[in-house]
Amino acid sequence: MEAWLLVAQFATLAIILAVIHRPLGDYMAWTFTSARDLKVERGLYRVVGVDSAGEQSWGAYLRGVLAFSLIGVLFVYALQRLQAVLPYSLGLPAVPEGLSFNTAVSFVTNTNWQSYSPEVTMGYTVQIAGLAVQNFVSAGVGIAVAVALIRGFSRRSTGTLGNFWVDLTRATLRILLPLAVISSIVLIAGGVIQNFNGFTEVSTLTGGTATVPGGPVASQEAIKLLGTNGGGFFNVNSAHPFENPTPWTNLFEIVLMLAIPFSLPRTFGKMVGDTRQGFAILAAMATLFIVSLAALTTFEIIGSGTGPQLAGGAMEGKEQRFGIAASTLFATTSTITSTGAVNSMHDSFTSLGGMMTLFNMMLGEIAPGGVGSGLYGMLIIAIITVFIAGLLVGRTPEYLGKKLGPREIKLASLYILTTPTIVLVGTALSFAIPVIREDVEGTSIWNPGLHGFTEVLYAFTSAGNNNGSAFAGITANTPWFNTALGVAMLLGRFIPIVFVLALAGSLAAQNKVPVTAGTLPTHRPQFVGLLVGVVLIVVALTYFPVLALGPLAEGLQ
Amino acid sequence: MATNRGFARPYWVAIRYMIVATVVLGIAYPVAILGIGQLALPAQANGSVVTVDGETVGSSLIGQSFTDEDGNALPEWFQSRPSAAGYDGGASVGSNYGPENADFIAEIEARQAAIAESDGVAVGDIPVDALTTSGSGLDPHISPEYAYEQVARIADERGVDVAEVTGLVDAFVQGRDLGYLGEPTVNVLQLNVALAQLGS
Repeated sequence: MEAWLLVAQFATLAIILAVIHRPLGDYMAWTFTSARDLKVERGLYRVVGVDSAGEQSWGAYLRGVLAFSLIGVLFVYALQRLQAVLPYSLGLPAVPEGLSFNTAVSFVTNTNWQSYSPEVTMGYTVQIAGLAVQNFVSAGVGIAVAVALIRGFSRRSTGTLGNFWVDLTRATLRILLPLAVISSIVLIAGGVIQNFNGFTEVSTLTGGTATVPGGPVASQEAIKLLGTNGGGFFNVNSAHPFENPTPWTNLFEIVLMLAIPFSLPRTFGKMVGDTRQGFAILAAMATLFIVSLAALTTFEIIGSGTGPQLAGGAMEGKEQRFGIAASTLFATTSTITSTGAVNSMHDSFTSLGGMMTLFNMMLGEIAPGGVGSGLYGMLIIAIITVFIAGLLVGRTPEYLGKKLGPREIKLASLYILTTPTIVLVGTALSFAIPVIREDVEGTSIWNPGLHGFTEVLYAFTSAGNNNGSAFAGITANTPWFNTALGVAMLLGRFIPIVFVLALAGSLAAQNKVPVTAGTLPTHRPQFVGLLVGVVLIVVALTYFPVLALGPLAEGLQ
Repeated sequence: MATNRGFARPYWVAIRYMIVATVVLGIAYPVAILGIGQLALPAQANGSVVTVDGETVGSSLIGQSFTDEDGNALPEWFQSRPSAAGYDGGASVGSNYGPENADFIAEIEARQAAIAESDGVAVGDIPVDALTTSGSGLDPHISPEYAYEQVARIADERGVDVAEVTGLVDAFVQGRDLGYLGEPTVNVLQLNVALAQLGS
């Protein structure tokens, strides 16, 4: 493979993002600071019974998030259970209870883990009226929580963080919906389908038959990527030619995944009144992204392992139109943004290449992470970084004029501990409880040996971090995985949100302290370097042992 | 009951909100996109179908197998890549074989032996896409190398000139998008449609 192809592809992406992140970031900042409601929004607030001027404490904001998410789970669950009587269900029966629970939780938590194969499980109505609706609003919830945390920094001496319903509405109607409409049309132009045709049988040249699937795919594909959701309309997700027909739609889809997460740091900088602060966060995210992309691409091009060596390259599970470079760029983007879409099968990557997709999720989905969740995750790490730097020089740490006292540091630390605990406990239980281990090894694991362990680790890492991608050989539609991964997704989404909003409340209550000669500057390359270092040290210390048991051991055999 | 009402309030808002969201985002939005797609871009929106003499023979985006009923390759047609889905458009799936999986290695060896025999080429000259399954199981493309590698067999089976078949492949090689995105491809169904017309 010629190096210039890799460079040209990456440069195109970088230029597009460099051009759009400022206007999009500024637009989002305006969206969340404007005092004026649109006419359609006023109508919505009247129908649902919301006072848009009503400011909420962090507790009230959190209750809104939790109530809305719980109702969302019930809606998606009910639609799946009622599938047999819904129109456009392609004759499919009701989705079983355990799978309905897992899927409802999965889409409400912005994970989009799929224990099912859509073609044979989900009719069009469940897909568009259940799953795609959550693709919008779960992304809206993520953005809302990030905005609440930004207000914690930008406001002073106040008990309130804004109004959850207003933030959710503006994120959905002013940002996600217009972008989704435009993107859908672009995708159709590239060959993504949008119809209600069902499956069509045709006679082939050889006298046999072939099946051409149908479906309202483009409308779902656009928001699946924009909202960093990732749940495919088809089983093989963005590897399916009707979801991702060409190399240019592939790059377009990558841009969609990165557009909002890479623009939110600008929104943050704008809202706290110092765009340099946002740029420093963006620089740390971009650094991690580039290093990870380079590593994965290198491992796949080298193509080590018995199978790839024998075949002459790591093309198992990859589409001919994408090849290696367009597959690894998509895989890195998807796993490091919490999207979880795939255009190639991660289970078939080389051992160390597969490890990179796992590692991206283990970073905690912050480089740039999911819509909203990536920014609040990175700001938590920034708080930890300021704290560590403060310890080194013996000063009380402060970030953006807010003192980081014991309460703030405790909340940030609890945030950091949550997902690793979920991931490691879930993986350990899968092997430690004899009955479950038998089921996991007998039914769920697809590839034998070390690779099978990695499949289980990948599943819990994906669920705990709300990514949703899979080492897809695993059979997850079992009582254990449907339940355990469902619980992992719920805890991995909402416990961190509790800590973030509590932190936002305690920051908003403070007055701002003036910048002095002893204040650590948090907009310089030095801080960016510290931030990246803290991310890597935290992740390495947490996950090295478990990586050594799986992909590292397999790759170094 | 006042405190109960306060506790329950966000749930009532959430229920009404979800109803509105379902109507707007779950029905109006996809139907609007459906309308735009069907009016402005009907060929793409309906699956980029390929027709021969007015009969639909497939989609240019959904790969097909060119085999007999038992799944044996028909040597007079250009063959698609191996597929874990058997090119069933109703059940897309990849093999998900890890790099060290013994079944995976055995399948590669079997494909090498089969292609070496049918196409009369050395194992080392077989392109990688001919030996590996795609992610979707519905890959509509093969590499230009694999298409050219099959030319001699097809010319022989059909009793036509090698140069004629080579010229056909030349015409169907699609370069990278914009010259640098993705990989060069040959669309197998479109190539075979043209191949069928070669003799007629």
